[in-house]
Amino acid sequence: MHIVVCIKQVPDSAQIRVHPVTNTIMRQGVPAIVNPYDLYALEEALKLKDEYGGRVTVLTMGPPMAEAALRKAISYGADDAILVTDRAFAGSDTLATSCALASAISQIHKDMPVDLIFTGKQTIDGDTAQVGPGIAKRLDMQLLTYVSKVRSINIDKQEIVVERRSEGGVQVLNTKLPSLITVLEGTNEMRFATMANMFRASRYPLKVWNREQAGIEDITKIGLKGSPTVVSKVFAPTARSIKAEMIECESGEPKDLSVTLLAKMFAKYPKLEQEIAKQA
Amino acid sequence: MMSEAEAKKPAGKKKFELDDRLKAYKGIWVFIEHERGVLHSVSLELLGEARKLADKLGVEVAGVVMGVPGETTRSFCNEAFHYGADLCYLLEDPLLADYRNEPFTKGMTDLVNKYQPEILLLGATTLGRDLAGSVATTLQTGLTADCTELNVDIDVRSLLATRPTFGGSLLCTIQTLNYRPQMATVRPRVMPMPDEDKSRAGRIVEEKLGMIETSIITKVLEFIPDEMQDKPQLPFADIIVSGGRGMKKPENFNLIWDLAAVLGAEVGATRPVVQSGWVELDRQVGQSGKTVRPKLYIAAGISGAIQHRVGMDASDVIIAINNDPNAPIFEFAHYGIVGNAMTILPALTEAFKSHLATARKVG
Amino acid sequence: MAEKFDVIVVGAGPSGNAAALRLAESGLSVLQIERGESPGSKNVQGAILYSDALERLIPDFRDDAPLERHIIEQRMWVLDDESFVGTHYRSDAFNNQPYNRYTMIRSQFDKWFSERVQKAGALIICETTVSHLLLDGKRVVGVMTDRQGGEIYADAVILADGVNSLLAKKAGFHPELEPKNVALAVKEIHFMPQELIEQRFNIKDEEGVVIEMVGKITKGMMGTGFLYTNRESITVGVGCMLSDFKKQKITPYDLLEQMKAHPSIKPMLQGGEMKEYTAHLIPEGGYNAMPDLYGDGWMIVGDAGMFVNAVHREGSNLAMTTGMHAADTLVELRKEGKPFLAANLKRYKAKLDESFVMKDLKKYKNMPDVFHTNPQFFNDYPELLSNAAKTMLTVDGVDKKTKEKEIGKSFRQRRSIFGLLGDTYKLWRALE
Ligand SMILES: Cc1cc2nc3c(=O)[nH]c(=O)nc-3n(C[C@H](O)[C@H](O)[C@H](O)COP(=O)(O)OP(=O)(O)OC[C@H]3O[C@@H](n4cnc5c(N)ncnc54)[C@H](O)[C@@H]3O)c2cc1C
Ligand SMILES: Cc1cc2nc3c(=O)[nH]c(=O)nc-3n(C[C@H](O)[C@H](O)[C@H](O)COP(=O)(O)OP(=O)(O)OC[C@H]3O[C@@H](n4cnc5c(N)ncnc54)[C@H](O)[C@@H]3O)c2cc1C
Ligand SMILES: Nc1ncnc2c1ncn2[C@@H]1O[C@H](COP(=O)(O)O)[C@@H](O)[C@H]1O
Repeated sequence: MHIVVCIKQVPDSAQIRVHPVTNTIMRQGVPAIVNPYDLYALEEALKLKDEYGGRVTVLTMGPPMAEAALRKAISYGADDAILVTDRAFAGSDTLATSCALASAISQIHKDMPVDLIFTGKQTIDGDTAQVGPGIAKRLDMQLLTYVSKVRSINIDKQEIVVERRSEGGVQVLNTKLPSLITVLEGTNEMRFATMANMFRASRYPLKVWNREQAGIEDITKIGLKGSPTVVSKVFAPTARSIKAEMIECESGEPKDLSVTLLAKMFAKYPKLEQEIAKQA
Repeated sequence: MMSEAEAKKPAGKKKFELDDRLKAYKGIWVFIEHERGVLHSVSLELLGEARKLADKLGVEVAGVVMGVPGETTRSFCNEAFHYGADLCYLLEDPLLADYRNEPFTKGMTDLVNKYQPEILLLGATTLGRDLAGSVATTLQTGLTADCTELNVDIDVRSLLATRPTFGGSLLCTIQTLNYRPQMATVRPRVMPMPDEDKSRAGRIVEEKLGMIETSIITKVLEFIPDEMQDKPQLPFADIIVSGGRGMKKPENFNLIWDLAAVLGAEVGATRPVVQSGWVELDRQVGQSGKTVRPKLYIAAGISGAIQHRVGMDASDVIIAINNDPNAPIFEFAHYGIVGNAMTILPALTEAFKSHLATARKVG
Repeated sequence: MAEKFDVIVVGAGPSGNAAALRLAESGLSVLQIERGESPGSKNVQGAILYSDALERLIPDFRDDAPLERHIIEQRMWVLDDESFVGTHYRSDAFNNQPYNRYTMIRSQFDKWFSERVQKAGALIICETTVSHLLLDGKRVVGVMTDRQGGEIYADAVILADGVNSLLAKKAGFHPELEPKNVALAVKEIHFMPQELIEQRFNIKDEEGVVIEMVGKITKGMMGTGFLYTNRESITVGVGCMLSDFKKQKITPYDLLEQMKAHPSIKPMLQGGEMKEYTAHLIPEGGYNAMPDLYGDGWMIVGDAGMFVNAVHREGSNLAMTTGMHAADTLVELRKEGKPFLAANLKRYKAKLDESFVMKDLKKYKNMPDVFHTNPQFFNDYPELLSNAAKTMLTVDGVDKKTKEKEIGKSFRQRRSIFGLLGDTYKLWRALE
């Protein structure tokens, strides 16, 4: 069985700061990490490999520095890693990204047929959750999103049974391989890399593909050109015009403060008073 | 297989002129989401939003209803009318019993190709995102996910879809210029629920799905519904009392529960609180948690970080309790009390108690 | 089948990088092991780079090293509660290439340095902690890491694991250091628009200013405050004896807060956004405290060997120089076909004696001797303290400030060093 896992390197948004004056993102010292959601996808793929055998190939599209994300994946136990990188990809939105990735996967498929494609639920920078579905459609594959569990795979019958999260419950779905699965968070816990894999990761000769090698002829489908959406404005959230009315009173006692608050509030929002009465 | 891209390069922003080919696309569609006979409120919220946009553009609002043949499915059309739709496109087919990507994607793309809407809105639910991504790729058009605000640029008839970016620290407005339809998903509870108008009616346009079960590869083996009772329903709560890291200890969180009990409110929390396991994940309010819009939101020991704010600042009234007068939350709360939550909360609980008591005597 | 290298370097700070670079350039097989996510990931603070040491390792470093600003003005301030008297020395001579002192951001500098090391051919493995040294009798033959199948062998191991080296202590190469002789330095980095910095300090693009401060800001404790300008940020900090912090019942955090509120300092930080808060122990060891620097199959470099000039907060230059000499020694011995045994490695000490390193440290040798310890009392103590200081006081998430406030409380509440030990331990565990 051959599983391709799509991972993305993202800035650790927990550490991103916005420039107090220019409102621009300050990347200085912000570490790049593997999109946390993608680690669940990778671990799920590795578990299936442990159980059913086969190979796991990790794939990313991004700048050369994204190499770090791939090496990390190797250290966890992925067999191969491919970095698709080309100036032509700059400015890709989800449509263009899924185009590039789908094309790259078709190339991988030529060397070794692909049975499953895993992606994360979403990225923490783009967080659109669209690239997975996008790839599936382009490759005309069965799409299983928000999968919380792979129940079983029947390799001879080329069938897979999964549990999929839906709004009101869990769908148990059966479908044919090849298919694309976007993995839900919390489905598993990433393993701790062994020393041997750490060595392998730091020595692994990365496959780096440019646009042509990724099999993309039509440059109008990638990068800015291939991106229907354009970001027309980036801005910081504005503060409410009216700031909070601060509740004060002579005594400053919690009791008095509370009473003052209720008086003021219910005077201004009489409807709210009834609402609360109703609830309680 | 996906339709070949007839996409032209998107024109630059200035003096933008829409392709004639695309001028034919008119009207705003809302996908009416339902599961197991229950209509998802996000679809109604979207109808309210679509109505506003449509009036600006001078076009109609259409609901798209797909489901098994029968009364329930048709009743969703009427609901759509009550909440602002002028017409509904109705796809009735036994194959649409449970949500499956394949038939729903085909149904939606066929409808779009035939009736050509300029804007297509879906809820950013697991179903909506699954469908939106597939439809957008199949139609080779632009999609903006997880929007918090929608507007239109009348001159170029372009949807202005605003959404958080970079972990919510910034907002960005995204446009789909030379592609149609312009697609967007919107999170539940971000948009206000419009008022129902039972007098409104509308046209129903019926279409056929034109698929047979054997042509659909994915099968639903079973459906395990979540047992609702013990699951907190924050998004729909009218009153929420939330605590943050400022509550210091899990024990102190009881003060939050006490106040909530008196008010018949749900209990919410910030991410750090959830991560340190004081309350369950379903109670997390914010960007990576639930979006809520209660009538009253009481925030104790919460700084008001943007990632929390985006989840709750649509609340009608916000009370903030924080011992730091400069805490950002006072920037957008309606009422603020500077002080120690451990002493303020009990007092507030008492105050509400006695107030309600008297209120009851009176009423 | 375990891996084997000519040399294993533990740590990817300035000293480890210097050593690994030199060794790799000379064709030895080198493995460098770093605990952090990436080299420098643990060291976000801004710092001063003294060119000389780096120049000898990478003559063309100015071409692509991530340097912030070269220093053209040095200010010396003596502050009381609301004012300061001071000297400003600015000279255009400082503007003549090649510049001598630069401000830099450690995380970026270490990363760049490490890339050079990698290009030179060393194998670098991060996110891996060396838990102890592998010994064959007295001789170090390799390291054990915290990963499954973690033993790795080498002819020599260079300990570049930083201040208060756990490895050296576990192996008994140097004794515990007494907490009352440890200085604690804290610093913050504040982001600020470049234009604002340049107009505020009246400097041009790439020019920088350093301010050294003494006086009331340290509440009568022995120590200094400092402030320097980076390209888009300002580094401000203060360092004092840890024991003094205890006596004064003030936390490093509060001390820095009060210092930043000083009327002469506050205006310089206005319009900035605090980004990182880090603290770091500096052993006041000095020359007398010099531990054994080498033995059969091992050498110590950088902070791990107490090569810190606490008075001037110099270190990275000593670190790089010691790293370089250690490497050169091994390279020479390998050429001469001599084994890496103590008898041959003493050449390393000789090289240091000739260099500015020992000369400087001699100058400060009258510093308190830190190595009279009572092991029965302070077995794990400095390790825990160091750990707590490093982990607790280093911003690596959102809530460090809160935690730091807590450690502060413990400083204040408890008087006895044991109480301090207890709290530090508690906090340290709390983070695990
Ligand atoms: C990608 C991403 C997604 C995120 N998603 C979410 C999300 O969905 N929801 C969310 O909440 N956060 C989210 N966060 C985290 C968010 O950035 C903040 O860290 C978090 O909201 C802060 O929680 P807090 O206010 O409880 O804690 P803090 O920010 O530490 O605030 C504690 C507050 O309590 C006050 N306080 C302290 N003691 C007292 C006292 N005795 N009495 C009264 N007040 C006191 C303090 O003054 C302070 O203002 C996300 C972050 C990222 C990077
Ligand atoms: C507040 C402060 C300000 C300073 N300012 C300056 C300044 O302006 N200029 C200057 O030149 N110097 C300055 N110094 C001193 C300077 O930071 C140090 O001297 C220098 O970093 C020493 O380098 P090193 O490589 O020996 O140790 P470090 O830089 O500490 O590197 C040690 C590395 O080893 C790793 N490590 C530790 N243990 C293990 C293990 N078991 N396994 C694997 N890896 C491990 C650590 O993660 C770390 O990356 C300052 C120090 C402080 C505290
Ligand atoms: N540039 C990329 N390279 C590889 N995989 C990606 C890339 N962008 C997105 N993905 C995958 O698609 C998933 C959804 O991403 P998004 O649509 O951006 O939320 C991610 O979890 C990744 O698995």
